[in-house]
Amino acid sequence: MDIDWAWIADHRDSLTEHALVHLRLALLPVLFGLLIALPLGVLCRRWGWLYPPALTIANILYAVPSLALFMIFIQYTGLTASTVMIPLTLYSLSVLIPNVVDGLASVSEPVRQAATAMGFGTLRRLMQVELPIAVPVVIAGTRVAAVSSISLVAVGQLIGQGGLGYDIIRGYQLQFQTQIVAATVLIVLLALVTDAILVTVQRLLTPWARARGGAS
Amino acid sequence: MNELWNQIELSWTWLTASSQWHGPDGIPHRLLQHVWYSGVSLLCAAVIGLALGLLAGHTGRGGFLAITLANVARAIPTFGLVLFVVVIDYSITPVLVALVALAVPPILVNTFEGVRGVDPDAKDAARGVGMTGWGVLWHAELPMALPLILLGLRTSAIQVVATATIAAYPGFGGLGRYIIDGLARGDYQLVVGGTVLVVALALIVQLIFAGLRRLVVSPGLLGSARPS
Repeated sequence: MDIDWAWIADHRDSLTEHALVHLRLALLPVLFGLLIALPLGVLCRRWGWLYPPALTIANILYAVPSLALFMIFIQYTGLTASTVMIPLTLYSLSVLIPNVVDGLASVSEPVRQAATAMGFGTLRRLMQVELPIAVPVVIAGTRVAAVSSISLVAVGQLIGQGGLGYDIIRGYQLQFQTQIVAATVLIVLLALVTDAILVTVQRLLTPWARARGGAS
Repeated sequence: MNELWNQIELSWTWLTASSQWHGPDGIPHRLLQHVWYSGVSLLCAAVIGLALGLLAGHTGRGGFLAITLANVARAIPTFGLVLFVVVIDYSITPVLVALVALAVPPILVNTFEGVRGVDPDAKDAARGVGMTGWGVLWHAELPMALPLILLGLRTSAIQVVATATIAAYPGFGGLGRYIIDGLARGDYQLVVGGTVLVVALALIVQLIFAGLRRLVVSPGLLGSARPS
Protein backbone atom coordinates (compact mmCIF):
# COMPACT_ATOMS: atom_id res chain seq x y z
CA MET A 1 0.00 0.00 0.00
CA ASP A 2 1.50 3.29 -1.12
CA ILE A 3 0.28 6.53 0.31
CA ASP A 4 0.98 9.60 -1.76
CA TRP A 5 1.47 12.16 1.01
CA ALA A 6 2.12 14.99 -1.44
CA TRP A 7 -1.34 14.44 -2.96
CA ILE A 8 -2.95 14.75 0.46
CA ALA A 9 -1.04 17.97 1.17
CA ASP A 10 -2.07 19.37 -2.21
CA HIS A 11 -5.71 18.52 -1.70
CA ARG A 12 -6.02 19.65 1.89
CA ASP A 13 -8.55 22.32 0.99
CA SER A 14 -10.88 20.14 -1.02
CA LEU A 15 -10.69 17.36 1.57
CA THR A 16 -11.58 19.82 4.34
CA GLU A 17 -14.47 21.12 2.28
CA HIS A 18 -15.78 17.61 1.62
CA ALA A 19 -15.39 16.78 5.31
CA LEU A 20 -17.53 19.77 6.29
CA VAL A 21 -20.22 18.86 3.77
CA HIS A 22 -20.00 15.31 5.07
CA LEU A 23 -20.56 16.39 8.66
CA ARG A 24 -23.54 18.50 7.72
CA LEU A 25 -25.13 15.71 5.66
CA ALA A 26 -24.58 13.23 8.50
CA LEU A 27 -25.40 15.20 11.61
CA LEU A 28 -28.41 17.29 10.59
CA PRO A 29 -30.41 14.06 10.13
CA VAL A 30 -29.45 12.91 13.63
CA LEU A 31 -30.59 16.27 15.00
CA PHE A 32 -33.90 16.00 13.13
CA GLY A 33 -34.12 12.40 14.32
CA LEU A 34 -33.76 13.53 17.94
CA LEU A 35 -36.35 16.27 17.47
CA ILE A 36 -38.81 13.68 16.17
CA ALA A 37 -37.85 10.78 18.45
CA LEU A 38 -38.09 12.70 21.73
CA PRO A 39 -41.77 13.65 21.46
CA LEU A 40 -42.60 10.35 19.75
CA GLY A 41 -40.84 8.42 22.51
CA VAL A 42 -42.72 10.36 25.17
CA LEU A 43 -46.00 9.58 23.39
CA CYS A 44 -45.08 5.89 23.07
CA ARG A 45 -44.30 5.79 26.76
CA ARG A 46 -47.61 7.42 27.62
CA TRP A 47 -49.75 5.32 25.31
CA GLY A 48 -48.15 1.89 25.33
CA TRP A 49 -50.11 0.64 22.33
CA LEU A 50 -48.27 3.11 20.08
CA TYR A 51 -44.89 1.56 20.72
CA PRO A 52 -45.08 -1.86 18.96
CA PRO A 53 -46.30 -0.44 15.63
CA ALA A 54 -43.79 2.45 15.82
CA LEU A 55 -40.99 -0.02 16.52
CA THR A 56 -42.06 -2.32 13.68
CA ILE A 57 -42.12 0.53 11.18
CA ALA A 58 -38.73 1.73 12.38
CA ASN A 59 -37.30 -1.80 12.08
CA ILE A 60 -38.62 -2.24 8.56
CA LEU A 61 -37.15 1.11 7.49
CA TYR A 62 -33.86 0.06 9.00
CA ALA A 63 -33.79 -2.97 6.72
CA VAL A 64 -34.06 -0.94 3.52
CA PRO A 65 -30.58 -0.57 1.98
CA SER A 66 -29.46 3.04 2.10
CA LEU A 67 -28.81 3.12 -1.62
CA ALA A 68 -32.34 1.96 -2.38
CA LEU A 69 -33.84 4.50 -0.01
CA PHE A 70 -31.83 7.26 -1.70
CA MET A 71 -33.14 6.08 -5.06
CA ILE A 72 -36.73 6.11 -3.89
CA PHE A 73 -36.44 9.67 -2.62
CA ILE A 74 -34.85 10.87 -5.87
CA GLN A 75 -38.36 10.69 -7.30
CA TYR A 76 -39.56 13.29 -4.86
CA THR A 77 -36.60 15.43 -3.90
CA GLY A 78 -34.29 15.01 -6.90
CA LEU A 79 -30.50 14.90 -6.68
CA THR A 80 -30.39 17.19 -3.66
CA ALA A 81 -29.04 16.95 -0.14
CA SER A 82 -32.56 16.19 1.14
CA THR A 83 -32.49 12.91 -0.77
CA VAL A 84 -29.60 11.82 1.43
CA MET A 85 -30.76 13.46 4.64
CA ILE A 86 -34.34 12.18 4.76
CA PRO A 87 -33.32 8.48 4.65
CA LEU A 88 -30.59 9.11 7.23
CA THR A 89 -33.17 10.75 9.48
CA LEU A 90 -35.37 7.66 9.13
CA TYR A 91 -32.45 5.39 10.01
CA SER A 92 -31.58 7.44 13.06
CA LEU A 93 -35.21 7.16 14.20
CA SER A 94 -34.96 3.38 14.31
CA VAL A 95 -32.12 3.69 16.82
CA LEU A 96 -33.38 6.74 18.71
CA ILE A 97 -37.05 5.87 19.35
CA PRO A 98 -36.31 2.62 21.26
CA ASN A 99 -33.61 4.40 23.24
CA VAL A 100 -35.87 7.31 24.21
CA VAL A 101 -38.56 4.86 25.32
CA ASP A 102 -36.05 2.74 27.26
CA GLY A 103 -34.50 5.82 28.78
CA LEU A 104 -37.86 7.01 30.05
CA ALA A 105 -38.63 3.49 31.26
CA SER A 106 -35.42 3.53 33.29
CA VAL A 107 -36.90 6.18 35.59
CA SER A 108 -37.84 4.26 38.70
CA GLU A 109 -41.36 4.43 40.05
CA PRO A 110 -40.36 5.87 43.47
CA VAL A 111 -38.57 8.74 41.71
CA ARG A 112 -41.69 9.47 39.66
CA GLN A 113 -43.86 9.33 42.74
CA ALA A 114 -41.47 11.57 44.65
CA ALA A 115 -41.70 14.16 41.88
CA THR A 116 -45.49 13.97 41.93
CA ALA A 117 -45.50 14.25 45.71
CA MET A 118 -43.41 17.41 45.43
CA GLY A 119 -46.17 18.88 43.33
CA PHE A 120 -44.69 18.47 39.85
CA GLY A 121 -47.24 18.39 37.06
CA THR A 122 -46.90 15.91 34.20
CA LEU A 123 -45.01 18.32 31.94
CA ARG A 124 -42.68 19.62 34.60
CA ARG A 125 -41.97 16.11 35.84
CA LEU A 126 -41.14 15.08 32.27
CA MET A 127 -38.82 18.02 31.63
CA GLN A 128 -37.08 18.22 34.99
CA VAL A 129 -37.03 14.63 36.20
CA GLU A 130 -37.74 12.00 33.56
CA LEU A 131 -35.85 13.40 30.57
CA PRO A 132 -32.68 14.21 32.56
CA ILE A 133 -32.65 10.69 33.99
CA ALA A 134 -33.13 9.32 30.47
CA VAL A 135 -30.15 11.29 29.13
CA PRO A 136 -27.52 8.51 29.33
CA VAL A 137 -29.65 6.03 27.38
CA VAL A 138 -30.76 8.67 24.86
CA ILE A 139 -27.16 9.78 24.30
CA ALA A 140 -26.04 6.16 23.95
CA GLY A 141 -28.52 5.88 21.08
CA THR A 142 -27.47 9.23 19.64
CA ARG A 143 -23.86 8.06 19.57
CA VAL A 144 -24.75 4.96 17.58
CA ALA A 145 -26.97 7.00 15.25
CA ALA A 146 -24.35 9.71 14.71
CA VAL A 147 -21.47 7.34 14.08
CA SER A 148 -23.50 5.15 11.70
CA SER A 149 -24.80 8.22 9.93
CA ILE A 150 -21.30 9.57 9.37
CA SER A 151 -20.15 6.31 7.87
CA LEU A 152 -23.33 5.91 5.77
CA VAL A 153 -23.22 9.33 4.10
CA ALA A 154 -20.43 8.08 1.82
CA VAL A 155 -22.93 5.89 -0.04
CA GLY A 156 -24.85 9.06 -0.93
CA GLN A 157 -22.12 9.86 -3.43
CA LEU A 158 -23.72 7.33 -5.78
CA ILE A 159 -26.44 9.93 -6.24
CA GLY A 160 -23.96 12.79 -6.13
CA GLN A 161 -24.28 13.90 -2.50
CA GLY A 162 -21.71 12.16 -0.39
CA GLY A 163 -19.22 14.56 1.14
CA LEU A 164 -16.07 12.48 1.48
CA GLY A 165 -17.81 9.72 -0.46
CA TYR A 166 -16.76 11.69 -3.53
CA ASP A 167 -13.12 10.93 -2.82
CA ILE A 168 -13.87 7.26 -2.19
CA ILE A 169 -15.63 6.81 -5.54
CA ARG A 170 -13.15 8.99 -7.42
CA GLY A 171 -10.27 7.01 -5.95
CA TYR A 172 -11.97 3.79 -6.93
CA GLN A 173 -12.58 4.97 -10.50
CA LEU A 174 -8.96 6.11 -10.86
CA GLN A 175 -7.66 3.09 -8.91
CA PHE A 176 -5.89 5.66 -6.73
CA GLN A 177 -5.49 4.22 -3.23
CA THR A 178 -4.39 7.40 -1.50
CA GLN A 179 -7.67 9.18 -2.16
CA ILE A 180 -9.78 6.30 -0.86
CA VAL A 181 -7.63 5.86 2.24
CA ALA A 182 -7.54 9.58 3.01
CA ALA A 183 -11.33 9.88 2.77
CA THR A 184 -11.95 6.68 4.76
CA VAL A 185 -9.57 7.69 7.54
CA LEU A 186 -11.11 11.16 7.66
CA ILE A 187 -14.59 9.64 8.00
CA VAL A 188 -13.43 7.47 10.89
CA LEU A 189 -11.83 10.52 12.54
CA LEU A 190 -15.00 12.59 12.12
CA ALA A 191 -16.99 9.77 13.69
CA LEU A 192 -14.62 9.39 16.63
CA VAL A 193 -14.49 13.12 17.34
CA THR A 194 -18.29 13.34 17.17
CA ASP A 195 -18.54 10.37 19.52
CA ALA A 196 -16.13 11.98 21.97
CA ILE A 197 -18.13 15.24 21.87
CA LEU A 198 -21.35 13.36 22.61
CA VAL A 199 -19.72 11.61 25.58
CA THR A 200 -18.64 15.02 26.88
CA VAL A 201 -22.16 16.38 26.41
CA GLN A 202 -23.49 13.46 28.41
CA ARG A 203 -21.02 14.15 31.23
CA LEU A 204 -22.08 17.80 31.29
CA LEU A 205 -25.78 16.96 31.26
CA THR A 206 -25.54 14.36 34.00
CA PRO A 207 -23.18 15.82 36.61
CA TRP A 208 -24.67 13.45 39.21
CA ALA A 209 -23.61 10.33 37.38
CA ARG A 210 -19.82 10.33 37.15
CA ALA A 211 -17.68 7.34 36.25
CA ARG A 212 -19.91 5.04 34.21
CA GLY A 213 -20.23 6.32 30.65
CA GLY A 214 -23.32 5.19 28.78
CA ALA A 215 -22.57 1.92 27.06
CA SER A 216 -24.34 1.26 23.84
CA MET B 1 -50.75 8.37 -4.65
CA ASN B 2 -51.58 7.24 -8.17
CA GLU B 3 -47.92 7.42 -9.04
CA LEU B 4 -47.04 5.25 -6.09
CA TRP B 5 -49.60 2.68 -7.16
CA ASN B 6 -48.11 2.64 -10.65
CA GLN B 7 -44.70 1.94 -9.19
CA ILE B 8 -45.99 -0.91 -7.08
CA GLU B 9 -47.64 -2.39 -10.15
CA LEU B 10 -44.46 -1.98 -12.20
CA SER B 11 -42.28 -3.72 -9.64
CA TRP B 12 -44.86 -6.46 -9.28
CA THR B 13 -44.70 -7.06 -13.04
CA TRP B 14 -40.95 -7.17 -12.77
CA LEU B 15 -40.95 -9.56 -9.83
CA THR B 16 -43.36 -11.98 -11.43
CA ALA B 17 -41.95 -11.99 -14.96
CA SER B 18 -40.73 -15.52 -15.60
CA SER B 19 -37.51 -14.25 -17.18
CA GLN B 20 -36.52 -12.98 -13.75
CA TRP B 21 -36.50 -16.44 -12.33
CA HIS B 22 -33.89 -18.13 -14.54
CA GLY B 23 -30.22 -17.86 -15.41
CA PRO B 24 -27.24 -16.12 -13.81
CA ASP B 25 -29.07 -12.79 -13.64
CA GLY B 26 -32.24 -14.37 -12.31
CA ILE B 27 -33.60 -13.74 -8.85
CA PRO B 28 -32.83 -17.21 -7.39
CA HIS B 29 -29.16 -16.97 -8.32
CA ARG B 30 -28.80 -13.38 -7.05
CA LEU B 31 -30.71 -14.23 -3.89
CA LEU B 32 -28.46 -17.20 -3.25
CA GLN B 33 -25.36 -15.04 -3.69
CA HIS B 34 -26.80 -12.46 -1.32
CA VAL B 35 -27.69 -15.02 1.34
CA TRP B 36 -24.29 -16.67 0.94
CA TYR B 37 -22.33 -13.40 1.42
CA SER B 38 -24.52 -12.37 4.35
CA GLY B 39 -24.43 -15.79 6.00
CA VAL B 40 -20.66 -16.21 5.82
CA SER B 41 -20.04 -12.69 7.12
CA LEU B 42 -22.52 -13.07 9.94
CA LEU B 43 -21.04 -16.41 10.96
CA CYS B 44 -17.49 -14.98 11.14
CA ALA B 45 -18.75 -11.91 12.99
CA ALA B 46 -20.68 -14.07 15.45
CA VAL B 47 -17.60 -16.16 16.23
CA ILE B 48 -15.48 -13.03 16.83
CA GLY B 49 -18.14 -11.01 18.63
CA LEU B 50 -19.35 -13.83 20.87
CA ALA B 51 -15.84 -14.96 21.81
CA LEU B 52 -14.63 -11.47 22.71
CA GLY B 53 -17.91 -10.43 24.34
CA LEU B 54 -18.17 -13.56 26.48
CA LEU B 55 -14.51 -13.29 27.47
CA ALA B 56 -14.72 -9.62 28.43
CA GLY B 57 -18.09 -10.02 30.13
CA HIS B 58 -17.10 -13.13 32.07
CA THR B 59 -13.72 -11.92 33.28
CA GLY B 60 -14.92 -8.34 33.72
CA ARG B 61 -11.68 -7.23 32.11
CA GLY B 62 -11.07 -5.56 28.77
CA GLY B 63 -14.65 -4.31 28.65
CA PHE B 64 -13.66 -0.72 27.97
CA LEU B 65 -11.27 -1.86 25.25
CA ALA B 66 -13.93 -4.08 23.66
CA ILE B 67 -16.52 -1.30 23.61
CA THR B 68 -14.03 1.21 22.25
CA LEU B 69 -12.94 -1.17 19.49
CA ALA B 70 -16.55 -1.82 18.62
CA ASN B 71 -17.23 1.90 18.38
CA VAL B 72 -14.23 2.45 16.13
CA ALA B 73 -15.34 -0.44 13.92
CA ARG B 74 -18.79 1.12 13.67
CA ALA B 75 -17.20 4.32 12.43
CA ILE B 76 -15.43 2.66 9.49
CA PRO B 77 -17.44 3.42 6.36
CA THR B 78 -18.22 0.03 4.81
CA PHE B 79 -18.36 1.64 1.42
CA GLY B 80 -14.83 3.06 1.69
CA LEU B 81 -13.43 -0.17 3.08
CA VAL B 82 -14.99 -2.25 0.31
CA LEU B 83 -13.74 -0.06 -2.51
CA PHE B 84 -10.31 0.41 -0.98
CA VAL B 85 -9.61 -3.25 -0.48
CA VAL B 86 -11.08 -4.14 -3.85
CA VAL B 87 -8.55 -1.80 -5.46
CA ILE B 88 -5.77 -3.81 -3.80
CA ASP B 89 -7.21 -7.26 -4.30
CA TYR B 90 -10.11 -7.75 -6.66
CA SER B 91 -12.01 -10.58 -5.02
CA ILE B 92 -15.05 -11.13 -2.84
CA THR B 93 -12.91 -11.44 0.33
CA PRO B 94 -12.65 -7.65 0.90
CA VAL B 95 -16.41 -7.34 0.70
CA LEU B 96 -16.81 -10.09 3.27
CA VAL B 97 -14.19 -8.48 5.51
CA ALA B 98 -16.08 -5.18 5.37
CA LEU B 99 -19.36 -6.91 6.20
CA VAL B 100 -17.74 -8.72 9.13
CA ALA B 101 -16.37 -5.41 10.43
CA LEU B 102 -19.89 -4.02 10.19
CA ALA B 103 -21.48 -6.96 11.99
CA VAL B 104 -19.07 -7.44 14.91
CA PRO B 105 -19.89 -4.31 16.98
CA PRO B 106 -23.58 -4.97 17.79
CA ILE B 107 -22.85 -8.63 18.60
CA LEU B 108 -19.81 -7.80 20.71
CA VAL B 109 -21.42 -4.93 22.63
CA ASN B 110 -24.66 -6.80 23.33
CA THR B 111 -22.87 -9.98 24.39
CA PHE B 112 -20.63 -8.02 26.72
CA GLU B 113 -23.50 -6.02 28.20
CA GLY B 114 -25.62 -9.14 28.47
CA VAL B 115 -23.04 -11.15 30.37
CA ARG B 116 -22.00 -8.23 32.52
CA GLY B 117 -25.62 -7.51 33.41
CA VAL B 118 -26.25 -11.00 34.78
CA ASP B 119 -27.42 -10.77 38.36
CA PRO B 120 -24.35 -11.30 40.62
CA ASP B 121 -26.51 -13.33 43.02
CA ALA B 122 -27.26 -15.79 40.24
CA LYS B 123 -23.53 -16.13 39.51
CA ASP B 124 -22.82 -16.64 43.20
CA ALA B 125 -25.50 -19.30 43.33
CA ALA B 126 -23.95 -21.05 40.32
CA ARG B 127 -20.57 -21.07 42.08
CA GLY B 128 -22.28 -22.19 45.26
CA VAL B 129 -23.64 -25.33 43.63
CA GLY B 130 -20.10 -26.17 42.57
CA MET B 131 -19.78 -24.79 39.04
CA THR B 132 -16.35 -23.82 37.77
CA GLY B 133 -15.64 -20.79 35.55
CA TRP B 134 -16.73 -22.58 32.38
CA GLY B 135 -19.80 -23.98 34.09
CA VAL B 136 -20.86 -20.54 35.26
CA LEU B 137 -20.33 -19.09 31.82
CA TRP B 138 -22.08 -21.93 30.03
CA HIS B 139 -24.96 -22.70 32.40
CA ALA B 140 -25.67 -19.33 34.01
CA GLU B 141 -24.23 -16.34 32.19
CA LEU B 142 -24.82 -17.41 28.60
CA PRO B 143 -28.48 -18.45 29.02
CA MET B 144 -29.27 -15.30 30.96
CA ALA B 145 -27.51 -13.07 28.47
CA LEU B 146 -29.20 -14.82 25.54
CA PRO B 147 -32.02 -12.31 24.91
CA LEU B 148 -29.52 -9.46 24.50
CA ILE B 149 -27.11 -11.62 22.49
CA LEU B 150 -29.89 -12.59 20.08
CA LEU B 151 -30.85 -8.95 19.76
CA GLY B 152 -27.27 -8.08 18.81
CA LEU B 153 -27.15 -10.92 16.29
CA ARG B 154 -30.43 -9.75 14.79
CA THR B 155 -29.29 -6.15 14.45
CA SER B 156 -26.09 -7.33 12.77
CA ALA B 157 -27.92 -9.73 10.48
CA ILE B 158 -30.27 -7.04 9.25
CA GLN B 159 -27.45 -4.56 8.72
CA VAL B 160 -25.45 -7.17 6.82
CA VAL B 161 -28.38 -8.15 4.61
CA ALA B 162 -29.08 -4.50 3.79
CA THR B 163 -25.42 -3.62 3.26
CA ALA B 164 -24.46 -6.68 1.21
CA THR B 165 -26.08 -4.74 -1.66
CA ILE B 166 -22.78 -2.85 -1.86
CA ALA B 167 -21.09 -6.03 -3.12
CA ALA B 168 -22.69 -5.28 -6.46
CA TYR B 169 -20.84 -2.00 -6.94
CA PRO B 170 -17.45 -3.58 -7.59
CA GLY B 171 -19.29 -6.33 -9.48
CA PHE B 172 -19.90 -9.31 -7.20
CA GLY B 173 -23.60 -9.73 -7.75
CA GLY B 174 -26.10 -10.33 -5.01
CA LEU B 175 -29.43 -8.51 -4.90
CA GLY B 176 -27.62 -5.16 -5.03
CA ARG B 177 -26.97 -5.92 -8.72
CA TYR B 178 -30.54 -4.89 -9.54
CA ILE B 179 -30.29 -1.67 -7.56
CA ILE B 180 -26.92 -0.64 -9.02
CA ASP B 181 -27.91 -1.64 -12.56
CA GLY B 182 -31.23 0.13 -12.22
CA LEU B 183 -29.42 3.22 -11.01
CA ALA B 184 -26.97 3.11 -13.92
CA ARG B 185 -29.70 2.65 -16.53
CA GLY B 186 -32.21 4.94 -14.89
CA ASP B 187 -34.51 1.92 -14.70
CA TYR B 188 -36.65 2.62 -11.69
CA GLN B 189 -38.54 -0.66 -11.86
CA LEU B 190 -35.30 -2.56 -11.38
CA VAL B 191 -34.31 -0.48 -8.35
CA VAL B 192 -37.63 -0.94 -6.60
CA GLY B 193 -37.73 -4.64 -7.49
CA GLY B 194 -34.28 -5.18 -5.99
CA THR B 195 -35.18 -3.15 -2.91
CA VAL B 196 -38.34 -5.14 -2.33
CA LEU B 197 -36.32 -8.35 -2.44
CA VAL B 198 -33.74 -7.07 0.06
CA VAL B 199 -36.43 -5.83 2.45
CA ALA B 200 -38.28 -9.14 2.16
CA LEU B 201 -35.07 -10.97 3.00
CA ALA B 202 -34.50 -8.69 6.00
CA LEU B 203 -38.05 -9.35 7.22
CA ILE B 204 -37.48 -13.10 6.95
CA VAL B 205 -34.33 -12.62 9.06
CA GLN B 206 -36.43 -10.77 11.65
CA LEU B 207 -38.94 -13.61 11.73
CA ILE B 208 -36.21 -16.21 12.10
CA PHE B 209 -34.80 -14.37 15.09
CA ALA B 210 -38.22 -13.93 16.65
CA GLY B 211 -38.65 -17.70 16.30
CA LEU B 212 -35.19 -18.40 17.71
CA ARG B 213 -35.98 -16.23 20.70
CA ARG B 214 -39.00 -18.31 21.52
CA LEU B 215 -37.12 -21.54 21.00
CA VAL B 216 -33.87 -21.00 22.85
CA VAL B 217 -34.49 -18.33 25.47
CA SER B 218 -35.62 -19.61 28.83
CA PRO B 219 -39.30 -18.66 29.31
CA GLY B 220 -38.44 -17.07 32.65
CA LEU B 221 -36.35 -14.45 30.89
CA LEU B 222 -38.63 -13.39 28.06
CA GLY B 223 -39.72 -9.80 28.09
CA SER B 224 -36.57 -8.63 29.83
CA ALA B 225 -34.48 -7.89 26.73
CA ARG B 226 -33.64 -4.29 26.14
CA PRO B 227 -32.44 -3.07 22.74
CA SER B 228 -29.29 -1.02 22.68
